[in-house]
Amino acid sequence: MAVATVIPMTSAHAIEAEHLVKHFGDTVAVDDVSFVVPQGTVLGLLGPNGAGKTTTVRMMTTLTAPTAGTARVAGHDVLTDPRSVRRSMGLTGQAATVDELLTGRENLRLIGQLYGLDSRYIKRASDDLLERFSLADAGDRIAKTYSGGMRRRLDLAVSLIATPPVLFLDEPTTGLDPRSRVELWDVLRELVADGTTLLLTTQYLEEADQLADNIVVIDRGTVIAEGTPLELKDQSGAAALVVTVSQARDLEAAEALMRPHVREVHVDAGARQLTAPAEGLGHMTRVAAIFDESGIVLDDIGLKRPSLDDVFLHLTGHRAEERGAADPATAPETGDAGAGDTDHSRETVR
Amino acid sequence: MTTLERPEIRPTSLMAQSWSIARRNFLHIRRMPEMLMDVTIQPVMFVLLFAFVFGSSIAVDTPAGYRAWLLPGIMAQTVAFASFIVAVGLTADLDKGIVDRMRSLPINSAAVLVGRSISSLAHSSIGLVVMSLTGLLIGWRIHTSVPEAVLGYLLLLGWGFAMIWVGIWVGSAMRSVEAVNGVMFATMFPITFLANTFAPTDQMPTVLRFIAEWNPISSLTQAVRVLWGNDQPLAPGAAFPMHHPIPFTIGWILLITAVVAPLAIRAFRRRTAA
Repeated sequence: MAVATVIPMTSAHAIEAEHLVKHFGDTVAVDDVSFVVPQGTVLGLLGPNGAGKTTTVRMMTTLTAPTAGTARVAGHDVLTDPRSVRRSMGLTGQAATVDELLTGRENLRLIGQLYGLDSRYIKRASDDLLERFSLADAGDRIAKTYSGGMRRRLDLAVSLIATPPVLFLDEPTTGLDPRSRVELWDVLRELVADGTTLLLTTQYLEEADQLADNIVVIDRGTVIAEGTPLELKDQSGAAALVVTVSQARDLEAAEALMRPHVREVHVDAGARQLTAPAEGLGHMTRVAAIFDESGIVLDDIGLKRPSLDDVFLHLTGHRAEERGAADPATAPETGDAGAGDTDHSRETVR
Repeated sequence: MTTLERPEIRPTSLMAQSWSIARRNFLHIRRMPEMLMDVTIQPVMFVLLFAFVFGSSIAVDTPAGYRAWLLPGIMAQTVAFASFIVAVGLTADLDKGIVDRMRSLPINSAAVLVGRSISSLAHSSIGLVVMSLTGLLIGWRIHTSVPEAVLGYLLLLGWGFAMIWVGIWVGSAMRSVEAVNGVMFATMFPITFLANTFAPTDQMPTVLRFIAEWNPISSLTQAVRVLWGNDQPLAPGAAFPMHHPIPFTIGWILLITAVVAPLAIRAFRRRTAA
């Protein structure tokens, strides 16, 4: 029998999406999406539910044919050479697709066999993976007895049985508790450190921020922004200068002191915080200097960049998550006052 | 580019891939033996129910009596239900994303279907063994030659094969296991009962008798009865297929496969390509 090793990369970009388009009947799910993922990096495909993330991943993993455009994975075209694409990548779908009636080890063996791996290798790799994903004790139990986090980890382990150079993860942490999520992030970081290229879709801005080298934001099937997390945050407006005083009674004096040096200042009495638009790092040191001689004791002074949630709001006019409003960590004063006003005036006209 | 060991990925044959998938389905049965109920307890219950409860009031004209006549009918019903097993299993795999996971691997996408067919035929075979044993206990015997006996079993398994395509078709078209159950119960029960499986057709009202005797399941049942020597003399006015049950059965198997297989493959492709 002829033997083929894993196909080596023939391109500097591990993943390339070229003008991908997907129509379902009259619905345009993905409309001209292009991006590249350099080898050994992480791309976060960020967007709300129904933005076209999963459809994009399905086209790139040969599960569905693009209406137009194409993609290459490890240099292999999904249209002309799907078999090589499948040999070069692993996919972890949105729902944990482990077989509940099989043990962890049997799940790994099944997929290993289907990849055409040697059975001794499968045994060894399964032991390694179960160990690495903290499933060593559960390896011989059927997956039905696993917790959500364990299933996710097994799902990921199964995708890694053939050590594919490219890994697609569709919302890998959806439905996980915060601890499991952080654990999974650690595992993903290790994989990338070992040279694996990762594409992950997420609706969690924090996740993209934590893991991704580059982010592509898609909404309604089109790319609306891309860049590093830092670039995206800079795009959505200036950072804020946040001063926290030690004693609430100092707030008024502090405000008076700051006012001549900033364009505007907002006081949050509860948090003992004064927030002002920042004009660079030098600006912050100047403001820090005036407090130095004032006798007002500060707890903290610093720059606060807008969160990715703000970025998303800025780009799309709506939040990435419906429950985004419940997240208090998000918004310094990047007002969506504009949008509010429009709504209001529309109402009065009516 | 990496510190990781990248293993050898050897091309595998469709048969090897299908066998891996079939083995996984067998493991399911080992973990959940109640999955075999449809080919064990259920048909045995039918045998006992009809042989001892209704049997006394159903008259057939064979030396071994109603029980020996009944058994091929229940076997035919059981293999017809193979479509049920395939449809439920396939829908569950599609629903849980297992089919997608397999399709993302470097394998022939037909392996998913072939693997399920292998396990379904094994499933039906277990049913035939269980029922033959039950039959032997209640007085059923094969009175003919070995080749005829074997041909009877082959026709039953051939029927099971044709039903696999029906199962793939229904399984790909339905969105949930519940929907599959609903559709299959609503169709398979009337089809397998409105036949010569449990009661002779000559006592039925004319229209029903006509339908029952043209029912493909009746051809299969009659063919197996004839091949095993469990049949009774044909009643006057029996429809044409009852006179030639063996060629009719083979014809039905070929026809159902030829018509339903392309529909099934199209439905499966459509379902998975979205």
